[in-house]
Amino acid sequence: MCSLKENISHVTLNADTLISKINDRDIRIIDVRSRKDYSQHHIHNSVNLPLLELLSNDSPGHLIKLIQSMGISDDTHVVVYDNTFGALASRLVWNLLYVGHNNVSLLDITYDNWKLLGYDIDSKNVNFGTKIHTLNINNNILSTAEYLEKKINDDNTVIIDNRERLNFLEQHIPGAINIPYKIFASPNKILKPTNELEKIFESRYVDHDAEIITYCGSSGTLSGLAYNALKSIGFENVKLYTHSFKEWKQLQKTIAKQDDANYWDLSAE
Amino acid sequence: MNNKLNLNDLSIRNNWAKTEEADHFSKMLKLYRQNELDPDSFRRFRLQHGAYGTRMTDNYAMVRIKIPAGEIHPEQLIKIAQLSDSFSIGSAHISTRQNIQLHWVVLEDVPEIMLELAKVGLTTREACGNTIRNIMCGPLSGVCANEMFDSTPYALATAKFLLRNPLNQNLPRKFKFNFTCCEKHGMGKIVDVGLVPVINESTECTQYGFKIFLGGGLGNKSYVGHQLEEFTPIEDLLHTSIAVIKIFDRLGNRKNLARNRMRYLVNELGWDEFKNLVLKERTISRVTQSATLSLEIDNNQNLNSIAETFQRVDLDLMMYERWLKTNTIKQKQTNYYSVFVTLEAGDITSNQLRKLAKICATFSKERTMRNGFSQDIVIRWVHLNHLKILYSKLLSVGLANPGALTLASPVGCSGTTSCNLALTNSHRLAKEIQRKLLSLKIDQDDDLKDSTIKISGCPNSCGQHEIATIGFYGGGGRSGKDMYPVYQMSLGGRHDNYARLGTNCIRIPAKNVINTILKIISIFKQDRKPHDTLKSWLDKIVNSRSDTSVRSINDIKKLLLPLTIVPSKNENSDFYSDYGSNDNYHTRTGKGECAA
Repeated sequence: MCSLKENISHVTLNADTLISKINDRDIRIIDVRSRKDYSQHHIHNSVNLPLLELLSNDSPGHLIKLIQSMGISDDTHVVVYDNTFGALASRLVWNLLYVGHNNVSLLDITYDNWKLLGYDIDSKNVNFGTKIHTLNINNNILSTAEYLEKKINDDNTVIIDNRERLNFLEQHIPGAINIPYKIFASPNKILKPTNELEKIFESRYVDHDAEIITYCGSSGTLSGLAYNALKSIGFENVKLYTHSFKEWKQLQKTIAKQDDANYWDLSAE
Repeated sequence: MNNKLNLNDLSIRNNWAKTEEADHFSKMLKLYRQNELDPDSFRRFRLQHGAYGTRMTDNYAMVRIKIPAGEIHPEQLIKIAQLSDSFSIGSAHISTRQNIQLHWVVLEDVPEIMLELAKVGLTTREACGNTIRNIMCGPLSGVCANEMFDSTPYALATAKFLLRNPLNQNLPRKFKFNFTCCEKHGMGKIVDVGLVPVINESTECTQYGFKIFLGGGLGNKSYVGHQLEEFTPIEDLLHTSIAVIKIFDRLGNRKNLARNRMRYLVNELGWDEFKNLVLKERTISRVTQSATLSLEIDNNQNLNSIAETFQRVDLDLMMYERWLKTNTIKQKQTNYYSVFVTLEAGDITSNQLRKLAKICATFSKERTMRNGFSQDIVIRWVHLNHLKILYSKLLSVGLANPGALTLASPVGCSGTTSCNLALTNSHRLAKEIQRKLLSLKIDQDDDLKDSTIKISGCPNSCGQHEIATIGFYGGGGRSGKDMYPVYQMSLGGRHDNYARLGTNCIRIPAKNVINTILKIISIFKQDRKPHDTLKSWLDKIVNSRSDTSVRSINDIKKLLLPLTIVPSKNENSDFYSDYGSNDNYHTRTGKGECAA
């Protein structure tokens, strides 16, 4: 086990650090963008694992097979990036943690920014052979609808909805607080500096001892970003409700909303 | 050309912010949450710092950002866009008093917003509460062909003098200043203190000054302001302002919340008595404080050079001409134009704010924008040769709607979208009217051009309905046990030098408002004399000077009677829900905060 401090520094990896390790065989860079985007150009030495394909079959066994075929073993340091403000990459990071791969980081900038900074890109496909990876499910970081439902009235649990404000006002899981995902980014990085992230949760009285469950619209990407934001400032007990609000509605669970106001009409088209 | 936008490299003329206030807010909020500060005291504090309550909830606030004199820099607009994405609904709202509002903000995020605003020199201080609200200035001040001189530096200096001034921290009620460019474009007579710049030319000298109007204002009961004296020289601007504020502070009604605006004081004392008090107080101020107090007038104007572009623009010429006709005004400076960007009831997305900032930085020689009086934004100092490309840029972000300066750009307060007092969704109604009028090309009709439509969601006048050619305020109507949204309509209001409050006409169910507007237009078309516009035709009618067969408001009323009929719920249930909702209509209001 890593110490807590190492874990924190691990959540994101600085682009400069990645540059210095980019040809390192013990590091595996995963691009979660579409196959088409990847084939045009990508970070030098990265492999492609389109998140949307993964989500269509995110069984743990399937993911293990995929990462084994990318030459990832239990010790490989995996770095994930996307071009969607870190949300898609965050979801893969969570999936890797879920199947027991703890040595994983988010690249701290988006692909566009990487390009803008003039760092290494190319369109070469790389093959790192096949490695063996163990499967060690970490159920502590997953929330199902049933689990969440039991926690709604639990004083020690904070449910965080990461959708945009209007969606939240219209309907949300009872007891949830709203922290729109756009709060987390800084102008150049996918996550704000840790002191600023701390402030967001502090001002909302979210305690480090609390159990946190994050959710968003449908697939746990926006809330995946929140998951990583929380981990990056040392929150230990964080769970992602992967199937999020879409499933909650399908299951016809109780929904809360802000009544008696036509807030949607305030938004411009 | 400085069209680069960089929030870290900011050169703004006026910094209104004070960073410590964010911290202070945060501390007070904590005390309130821990029950160590009572709700009333916290509310007063919160309003003093620009955080207004929100409809039916204590958890959200509306943050009102003051834009003194309406002058806003591209970098400031970009900051507001960021804040809207992070803390609000992804849109911002441009108000009728040159504020920019972020709605549905979590109260706990307000200090963070204040801190971020301070980075670009903006403040929310004294944007609400019993203070001197944002000092307004005509959006055309400095470029208007009718103006005698630019009142902007005086508006800014007054704002600077009054912001955080102990004079105005606990007034009987809110207090408003409007500077205008000229009498025609003004809002000088419907405000506590209205100032129109004038030059007094005598044989000996040329003197700059103002026509000052006092005691006007819109609300549950509205008044048109009185002119203090023939001419107030600029040297007396500060002392007159101080005198008026002091008289109001001393004598204004602090007991009756419904009667505590200065216009009621003027009405109770009588104009002559009030005027004498002000003049006496001014003499005292002049004698005792001339040596210590003065306005800092900054007459420097920074004009940048804009690179010529000869880029070919492919566009629909018909649409461009339509826009050019209704959204631009020729400046007094040869070859330069002011461009009015129409929004829908003042709403603009964060993405549009960013694009607008870029467009302004690229094409405006003064590299700032103004917000107007009609929930719009004005980009000034655009060279004739750049109008086409600017139009195409606006078009690409959905900001090129025509009709800005016509009947087809109604004003609507926020109504039930966020306000505690609202009875109807006036905000959405304004958007529905705009869409309908534009689809009928009403904006192209020169006879309707100088008319306005303004809508408030309750009898208070945030939507300024009383100075509209056609004005509406919302309420609840009842048919048996069922309720339906309804609007009281007034006609013939205006806000220029002939300022006049509209005459009440008739109550119209919300779902018939659009038909009523169209019906009035058709009555006008049939009845008019050749030179009449809708505005001048109504003017004659409300002032009993009609020279056509429609003699009075009563005559119009008769013709509109069929539109007042509400079908039964079985016949048409649509009448029983408000715009933007499928639910049965019922009135629900919370506590108002204007008076807190």
